Amino acid sequence: MKPIAIIFAASLSLASPALADVIKVEPGANAQERVQTALLDAKAGDTVELAAGRYDLTDGLSLDVPNVTVKGAGRDATILSFKAQKGAGEGLLITSNDVILRDFAVEDTRGDGIKSKGVQRIVFVDLRVEWTGAPSPKNGAYGIYPVASTDVLIDRVLVKGAADAGIYVGQSKNIIVRNSVARGNVAGIEIENSFNADVYSNLSVHNTGGILIFDLPNLPQQGGHSIRVFSNRVEQNDQANFAAEGATVAQVPVGTGVMVMANHDVHVFANALGENATANVFVVAYKQPFTDTKYNPFPKDIVVRNNMHGRAGWQPGFKGGKELATAMGGTIAPVFWDGVGGPEAGIHVDDKVPVLTLGLATPLTPVSEGKIGLIDLSQSVVPAMPAPVVLPAAMEAAVR
Amino acid sequence: MKRAALALVFGLAVISASAPVPVNDALILGDTLPAKLSDFHLLMGRQGETPNARVTPYSLNTPLFSDYAEKFRYAYVPAGKSIGWRAEGVLDFPIGSVLVKSFGYPADFRKPNENIRILETRLLIRRAAGWIALPYVWNADGSDADLRRAGTRIDISWTQTDGSSKAISYAVPNVNQCKDCHGLDGVMTPIGPKARNLSNSLFTAGLVKGAPKSFVHIPAWDDAASGTVNARARAYLDVNCGHCHNGRGAASNSGLYLTWESLAGPNLGIGKRPVAAGHGAGDLAFDVNPGHPEKSIMIYRLASIEPGTAMPELGRATAHKEGIALLSQWIQAMPMKEKE
Repeated sequence: MKPIAIIFAASLSLASPALADVIKVEPGANAQERVQTALLDAKAGDTVELAAGRYDLTDGLSLDVPNVTVKGAGRDATILSFKAQKGAGEGLLITSNDVILRDFAVEDTRGDGIKSKGVQRIVFVDLRVEWTGAPSPKNGAYGIYPVASTDVLIDRVLVKGAADAGIYVGQSKNIIVRNSVARGNVAGIEIENSFNADVYSNLSVHNTGGILIFDLPNLPQQGGHSIRVFSNRVEQNDQANFAAEGATVAQVPVGTGVMVMANHDVHVFANALGENATANVFVVAYKQPFTDTKYNPFPKDIVVRNNMHGRAGWQPGFKGGKELATAMGGTIAPVFWDGVGGPEAGIHVDDKVPVLTLGLATPLTPVSEGKIGLIDLSQSVVPAMPAPVVLPAAMEAAVR
Repeated sequence: MKRAALALVFGLAVISASAPVPVNDALILGDTLPAKLSDFHLLMGRQGETPNARVTPYSLNTPLFSDYAEKFRYAYVPAGKSIGWRAEGVLDFPIGSVLVKSFGYPADFRKPNENIRILETRLLIRRAAGWIALPYVWNADGSDADLRRAGTRIDISWTQTDGSSKAISYAVPNVNQCKDCHGLDGVMTPIGPKARNLSNSLFTAGLVKGAPKSFVHIPAWDDAASGTVNARARAYLDVNCGHCHNGRGAASNSGLYLTWESLAGPNLGIGKRPVAAGHGAGDLAFDVNPGHPEKSIMIYRLASIEPGTAMPELGRATAHKEGIALLSQWIQAMPMKEKE
């Protein structure tokens, strides 16, 4: 048995590199058809290599072959420009498993930047997604956009100018977002309706809101939980909200640092938070009427601890915020909770700053009926920390 | 002997005049991606205007809108095989079947049957390993069509029914985009030939085995005699949106499910807030706002031709005014609770 197994393993390791091809694409005329053809011709194990230069694309690109790497010559060297895009909802769409995207930029897509839908084990590394013009609701919604995906690694990406969220992970499981920069988006980083995410060592700056952990009703996956947000810098989120008015993030007040809406077991710790005019940390229930009986609008078991706080709360952007700040002597506390759920909500805050509660009885209770005041949430039982997210070793190896 | 010799002579003569060569079953069942449409012998003549024997034309009660293109649909089923009946979903086409769809525009929509320029012919081929989609683009003289797996764009113009002219950049989809619409759980599948949406031709040709004598049809979206506004709107949504907007389709994550079977409620868009719509939401709060088509994201997105806002996302360089009118009528008449 044993020798056979060894021979088999050896032949596999020898065979796979020999089978893998590198398909090279150069910039130039007819880039759309040439890049797309490469993405269609790629076989499992292949790398599609996009040489340095600018690729002027007219339609969405897509990859549906598993185990393919799409690699550029650097995120400032290989530029997929969608300025002249005439169709499709995103720039690059991935619908196959085990894909690695690295070392290129996607610019000025009309809809989303790079989307993966329903895939397993996807790596986004050393990428840039950017809307190069002024902030505008006409910019695409999401920069990096994995949805309904499992095992997602986003590492060392830069996203600028998204009219919704720069990095948006929706309805996914086992997620790491790290070492990335989100600048000048409406939301910097957003984890929505997702399970098990680690968001760390990122810089979220000059967005409307820095890092959002949301859960919304009427979706196939809801009940977002087990999310750790740590060691991030979330500061100067001072971008006026430029989302389309109907979008959920249009409700995010300018100057929101980390916002947790609905979700359970979210731990926000060891972050540097500051210069956020509304609040450094904002914990709220979902505030719209809904009929979805499977949806839970309440945040539950949220921990905020050991964060460093700079200035916050001098111009709270939510309704009634200005009056509230005036009443509190000019600024509200850096940590803000709507109070929904009361002590049973399991909101634990142990930072060296005051916490403001609105003391709302229900998500729809008007602020005027709230029991507003500072609250000490440091003495409650600390909910257990979610386990760290561990991704398959091959994914980690790909980014090393 | 004599007969055989005669056949030989006639055979040669007929071949030189492009005689019907049978459909190339070997190519259909093989694993190649043939470069020329003519290799299949499915269609003959200029622009493939004549279907070969066993290539049966069919039509749909309610078709997908594709930038006002005229579509010519055919189904090919190999000799000795038949299509299995299914009351729900797409009929069970046997291995070796091909669904053929040519897209084209008349020069003048006031004379829709004249001067039609066929732009592309899409094949959906059922091989042993499953369905594959192949888009073929016709050459300038209409003598053959070339495989363009990566898609392309074609500038086309026509005279509209009101006499004005219209020009668009027509998009031939790449094969992945074919799957965007034709994918169920990521597996390629036909969309159109569901029993409930089919004309009678495949049945009268005896190609469908086990079909009941009569069954329920969805209405023709543009024929008021065929159904109520609600039924026609639901048929339109089913065909134009339901292939992505279902629990197993490309838009499964939206939670917006627009198939014929969807029950009225948030999943049908009624009172549903947008999730990942970006500028697709405009300044509107709900996908469908009962009584208010002008405040419904559904109408806003159907009326837009802006990528990222326009729905459907593919094959939409124009807005379908007539379809929008029907759906607006549907939403306008909607009480707070819509009855399916």
